[in-house]
Amino acid sequence: MTDEAAPELTQLNPAYVTTTRIASALGLLPFVIGAGVLEFAQVMPAGTFLVPVVIFYAFMAFVVPARKYRHWGYAMGTDRLRVVRGYMFYRDTVVPFGRIQHIDVDQGPIDRRYGLATLTVHTAGNHNSTVALPGLLHADALAMREAIRGAIRQDAI
Amino acid sequence: MSDKATTEMDAIAPEGERLNIAGLFVGFVSGLPQLAFPVLAAIFGVREAKNPVLIPIVILAVLFFSLFFRWLAWMRFRYHIGEHDIRVEKGILSRTARSIPYERIQDVSIEQKPLARMMGLGEVKFETGGGEGDDAKLSFVSMAEAERLREVVKARKSGAAIAIGIEEAVEHSDAPPVFAMDGKRVLIFGLYSFSLVIFAVLGGVAQQFDFLLPFEIWDFKHWIGVAEDRGVSVDNLNGIGWTARIILALIALGSLVFIGLATGVVRTVLREHGFRLERTAKGFRRRRGLLTLTDVVMPAHRVQAAVIQTGPIRKRRGWHSLKFVSLAQDSKEESNFVAAPFATLGEIWPIAEAAGVEVPDAKVVFRKGEGRWWTPYMLFAALILSGPVIGLAVFTDTTIVQTANIFWLLVPLAFLLWFNRRNYRDALDGGQVYVREGWWRQRLTIAPQVKVQTVEIAQGPISRRQGLASLNFGIAGGTLEMIALPLATAHAIRDAVMEKVAAVDYSAINRSH
Repeated sequence: MTDEAAPELTQLNPAYVTTTRIASALGLLPFVIGAGVLEFAQVMPAGTFLVPVVIFYAFMAFVVPARKYRHWGYAMGTDRLRVVRGYMFYRDTVVPFGRIQHIDVDQGPIDRRYGLATLTVHTAGNHNSTVALPGLLHADALAMREAIRGAIRQDAI
Repeated sequence: MSDKATTEMDAIAPEGERLNIAGLFVGFVSGLPQLAFPVLAAIFGVREAKNPVLIPIVILAVLFFSLFFRWLAWMRFRYHIGEHDIRVEKGILSRTARSIPYERIQDVSIEQKPLARMMGLGEVKFETGGGEGDDAKLSFVSMAEAERLREVVKARKSGAAIAIGIEEAVEHSDAPPVFAMDGKRVLIFGLYSFSLVIFAVLGGVAQQFDFLLPFEIWDFKHWIGVAEDRGVSVDNLNGIGWTARIILALIALGSLVFIGLATGVVRTVLREHGFRLERTAKGFRRRRGLLTLTDVVMPAHRVQAAVIQTGPIRKRRGWHSLKFVSLAQDSKEESNFVAAPFATLGEIWPIAEAAGVEVPDAKVVFRKGEGRWWTPYMLFAALILSGPVIGLAVFTDTTIVQTANIFWLLVPLAFLLWFNRRNYRDALDGGQVYVREGWWRQRLTIAPQVKVQTVEIAQGPISRRQGLASLNFGIAGGTLEMIALPLATAHAIRDAVMEKVAAVDYSAINRSH
């Protein structure tokens, strides 16, 4: 409630809400089907399985993604990348470019439909050895990769 | 090679080269053992049909599917040797594009297993200093291409590569040790390493091999019977009087202590005999062991942090141990490099300094954790315990006052948390971060700030309301966590550390000078 939209942070692409909705809607579908089967078998009074499961499903697939999106943010500096995420479990990570070992740009099938990608940076540390930033426009992710790679090159010489 | 179809498919990477197609065959053949289970499952699936012709068909189908997916993966795999980095793009549905800057490549290895060798192929691995191995693997390319890749990386890696491998010559002279332990020191160390692990080992062995024994080891009635056969029974034990009983108990206790001390001494002598740490040109060289001699070298520039550990008993005599955190693994049970297992602080500080870790001077102010960080643990435990308290009071005949006795369990927890809080300290100075923690295992971790990889501010649901946070430092080969910080302090510490970290590149701090 306090610093959720810190001004210095960049929000993810709004399409991230849609892609996470699709992903959770598909991922949790088996539970709804399972509840429907149990309901059909009539082992318990009508609605004991289906009603709570459907409510939970709707919450996870529609409410949570939008909330998640609101708490994500990043800041691309000249020498560091800051990634902020989570509300209940808030994490605010800073990765200096000078410590990045290699960089991934991932794109899953749902992401591709919406032109999104995930940027993942790898460091040598045991804690936070990979820091992932989802919900970026694919072109932005590639541009960030180039910027980071350029910074590494300048530093190392 | 590229045609319209591939450019359409690979919106990410129009450029890049494919792996050697013959590698598909090598991968397929070496992956055959993994297909045993699917093949069996398929055979099991068609056994109902009672048609023997189906069996070879399903086997072929499984093999075909495996080959088809390998072919798909091969189609969707590209590597590209760029001007500044190596790129690998892969994935059938989900696409991953990895970029490895030349500056970060530590090693290029070429591996040839027998089958690949027959086909003239090799597996090329690019390793960076990253935490988990397997940074990028090209399986397989022709040997000519493998050699070319290695040469390209060598040539592109500007400057950094040349420094490695020069300092090999100055090795064999026995430098005076920076730390050594004589027989007496090892013996004292052994006495402090009291251990009853032998009973666990014997118990485990007995459990494993009890079928070999001519008697039932866990049959207590049998043992009582054996004792009674020899004239010992509960009755005559009761009849021996108090003094005798106390003496018997003392003998039992004494033998336990003796066994514990003896185990500690034997284990320690076996491991630490002739301990000798030298500072050679290559780094710290450590030799130790009575039966199994080990000889390990740890380059000083690879040290990421130092851990100085002691305990409440050994601290009285000033005994501490020093370990170095790095990406290398010391041994199976110890991930950090043991530089001095049993030494005084006076002996330890010079070793730490030789590894680039500085002694905290009097100006370093150690901060206590905020007390309210620990209280939620107490409340949480009380909440959990109140469940059974109320439940018992409602569903049984006991009164709430009786069941409330369960809350006494909170007392040991309170002590534990209090010890925890009392022993926690953290500090930050111009160049290093410090965390001290623990009561039974008192650990002081010192990390030079330039060796920090990432810094994370973390808040859980409760600490968020309290305005507290913890700070996680990513260290190569270890962890360092500051807890119970006010949020503003956490931000201030992170900013200060980041200024130091961002100014220096990874390849600069891990280069040997």
